[in-house]
Amino acid sequence: MEESAMDVSRQATFETRSAWRAYLRSIWAVVWKDLAAELRSRELLSAMLVFALLVILIFNFALELDAETRATVTSGVLWVTFAFAGTLGLNRSMAMEKDRGCLDGLLLAPVDRSAIYFGKAIGNLVFMFVVEIIVLPVYSILYNVNLFNPGLILVIVLGSLGYVAVGTLLSSMAVQTRTRDVLLPILLFPVVIPVFIAAVKASGFFLAGREMVDIWPYLNLMIVYDVIFTAVAFMTFDYVVEE
Amino acid sequence: MIQVRKLIKRFGLKTVLRGVDFQVEAGEFVALLGPNGAGKTTFLRVLASLSRPSMGEVRIAGYQLPAQAAAVRRRLGVVSHQPLLYGDLTAEENLHFYGLMYGVADLDRRVAQVLEMVGLYARRRDLVRTFSRGMQQRLAIGRAVLHDPEVMLFDEPHTGLDQDASAMLDNVLREVAVRGRTVVMTSHDLARAADLASRFDVLSRGVIAASVHRSEIEPNQLLGFYRQTLLEVETRRKERVSV
Repeated sequence: MEESAMDVSRQATFETRSAWRAYLRSIWAVVWKDLAAELRSRELLSAMLVFALLVILIFNFALELDAETRATVTSGVLWVTFAFAGTLGLNRSMAMEKDRGCLDGLLLAPVDRSAIYFGKAIGNLVFMFVVEIIVLPVYSILYNVNLFNPGLILVIVLGSLGYVAVGTLLSSMAVQTRTRDVLLPILLFPVVIPVFIAAVKASGFFLAGREMVDIWPYLNLMIVYDVIFTAVAFMTFDYVVEE
Repeated sequence: MIQVRKLIKRFGLKTVLRGVDFQVEAGEFVALLGPNGAGKTTFLRVLASLSRPSMGEVRIAGYQLPAQAAAVRRRLGVVSHQPLLYGDLTAEENLHFYGLMYGVADLDRRVAQVLEMVGLYARRRDLVRTFSRGMQQRLAIGRAVLHDPEVMLFDEPHTGLDQDASAMLDNVLREVAVRGRTVVMTSHDLARAADLASRFDVLSRGVIAASVHRSEIEPNQLLGFYRQTLLEVETRRKERVSV
């Protein structure tokens, strides 16, 4: 009797592990597919990069500021650049799935649909990080501001996480409509305002060398935002993509 | 293998399927015929678990939709008029990706086997966007049979194919049927349907209006049967409106 109970328990553990392996394998497959396709076409990254570099260049000439004022507006310009370039990437990433019916191909797979969400979100995050890694040094040179600050890097990671978590969910919603290019920013920007404001403030404080006691509330806000919206996306993605 | 009872599907105020009753035995090849707007694609999307039924019961291989959708998807292969393939990946990479999503065992060997089956082994390292429409459709069939599904759904698979590509696709479809898979195929092409299917159902105005087995009808009578069915449906509708 005891042995059979143990067998059942072992079987359950084995099944749970297999399900987890299948889940992680599906996430990896989606990430690999997005990266491999992008390495070939460079469609998404090049658009994001050109756009981001143009934005910081235009701001550089438009805001002819003295060194002190320049330091105060840096974080705002930086996050506007990331947000706009990010929207471009999010839109394109989902549009590529929709255009050839590939989204249906993904949805037909016998996996929990949240795995598709996480796969797409990780892919989008990688693209966002690549753009940020290239934009930061260019920005440092153009604006004569040292952006290689560990605190600022942490803020960029947390801000990008929140932005991509919401953006991936909303882009999968917007892509089902005819006005997807217009709809995504309209849906996305109001929802990311909390993380956006927190990221701008925290970035500015890190660059100004303020005390951690001033910065923590913004970091906490970003962490809570990231956790809540990742959980919301995990729970709702299935309903968002189904007819 | 497939049991559908009183299926209703609404999109907002528009009712597309109005109580479909449909049964398919294991190993049957059913051609679902009907004019544009009859609801064929919507019906297939519900069977494929891509669209949630508004009312009614859908069971495939004993599993109910949408509650057991993952189990159903594992047993389904779907080919639509869109290839559901990534243009920036090679034929081999596309199948590899879908194989990971379906958890196909011994994936490399299976991918090679499927590429041989659809006659694309020599082009396995070529990007899918360089393929002709016929080659993409053959690869789409390869994608659909990769996990060896019990049930196959084809939504107008001949759309946009020239004569040679259509003939080649027919051979692949026959091979799929010979292997004992249950097949449901929507088509406008009555001659092709008569050649391939073992049963013909007519879907009109959101209901299955008539059904006939191959043994009950000569291939050259199919067009007459189809027209007569549509005429009867239209007459009944006019009678209802006048009452």
